[in-house]
Amino acid sequence: MVTRSMNRRDAVSRLLRDRGDALVVTGLGSPTYDVHAAGDHDANFYLWGAMGGAALVGLGVALAQPERRVIVITGDGEQLMAMGSLATIGVAAPPNLDVFVLDNEHYGETGMQASHTSRGVDLAAAADACGFVEVATLWDLDDVDPVANRRVHAASTGPALTVLKISDESPPRSLPIRDAVFLKNRFRAHLGLAPN
Amino acid sequence: MVMSATGPEAWPTQVFDELKAADVGHVSYVPDSGHGTLIDLSIDDPSITTTMLTTEEEGVAVATGAWLGGMRSVLLMQSSGAGNCINMLSLPVQTRTPLLMLVTMRGEWAEFNPWQVPMGQAADAALRAIGVHVVRADTGDEVVAAVAQGAKLAFEADQQVAVLISQRLLREKTW
Repeated sequence: MVTRSMNRRDAVSRLLRDRGDALVVTGLGSPTYDVHAAGDHDANFYLWGAMGGAALVGLGVALAQPERRVIVITGDGEQLMAMGSLATIGVAAPPNLDVFVLDNEHYGETGMQASHTSRGVDLAAAADACGFVEVATLWDLDDVDPVANRRVHAASTGPALTVLKISDESPPRSLPIRDAVFLKNRFRAHLGLAPN
Repeated sequence: MVMSATGPEAWPTQVFDELKAADVGHVSYVPDSGHGTLIDLSIDDPSITTTMLTTEEEGVAVATGAWLGGMRSVLLMQSSGAGNCINMLSLPVQTRTPLLMLVTMRGEWAEFNPWQVPMGQAADAALRAIGVHVVRADTGDEVVAAVAQGAKLAFEADQQVAVLISQRLLREKTW
C-alpha cells in the first residue's frame, strides 16, 4: 500500500504558484482554506456551501471565459457528491477547465470519516471513462510541479482532472470572506464586469 | 421537430426569441419532451452554448459560474427536477446571482403516472421555500410573457426565477 504523505498546503501552493491569469474556484471546506492560505486573489471564487457544485461552477466559468484557464480545487467528498458532473463536463469538453481533487480519502470537515475513495473508488479513472482528455493521480509532491506547469503552458488541452493523494492532517483553518455577494462581485470586477 | 411559429404551439419558438432578445448565451437542460422545441432551437443556434446535464442541480451551478464569467444562462427542466435543485439553489440565492429556470409541469393535469404527482404538487412550494421567485403560466401567451419578464427579473434585478409551465399546455403523454 502506498502511503499518502503529500501535504495539502504545499500541494496547493505549488499548484497556484505560477497561476498566471487563471481563474480559481474552490470546493467547500478545506480546499477553500487551502487556496486562501496560498494567497487571497480577486480571481478566486470560494465556495462555502453548495456541495457538489465546485467543478460545475468551474464549467460555467470556463464556457463563459474560453480564453482563460479555469482551475477548480476541491476535495474527494465534494467531488463524490457530483459523480454525474464528470459525465456533464466530459461531454461539454471545455479545453480550459482543470479540476484538481485533494483526496485524503476522508471527510475532514465532519470529523474525518472515511470516504468512498478510501474503499477503492478511483475518481481519475471515472473522469477518464467520462471523456476527460487528461487524467492523473499523484502521490508525491515532486510530481505536482510538472503537472501544474504543463497545464499552464497547455491549458487548451483539457478538460483535465488530477487527483492529489494528500495526507489526512488538518492544518489551521485559513478563512476567506464568507459574504457571497462580495465574492461574486469581486470576481466579476476582476474580469471587468459590473455587479449586474 | 420544430413546431409551427403560429397557432397554439407557437410559444416555444416565441420563448426562444425572448431568450435571444434577453442576450442569453447558454442553455442547460435535462432532456424533456415539453422543452423539446426549445432544446432543439438552442442546439441549432451557433450563438448559444448548450450543456446536457445528468441532473438538474448541475445546471444551477453551471448558470452561477456562467454569470461569474459574464454569460447569461437559462436552465430547462421538468417539475420532477425542481426537488433535485434545492440545496444547490443556495448558491445563486446567497450570491444573488441571476437564474432563470423554465419548468414544465407534471403531476397536475391529466397525469397518468402517479409517481409524478408528489414532486409536481410540491415544486412550487419547494422552490419558494429556498427563495426562488415563482411564476405560473397556463397559456402560451402567458408563458411568453412570463419568460420575458422573468428574464428581466433575473438578469437585471438579480433574482432567481422559475417559470412553471402548466401541464395543461403540454401534449398529453400517450401510453
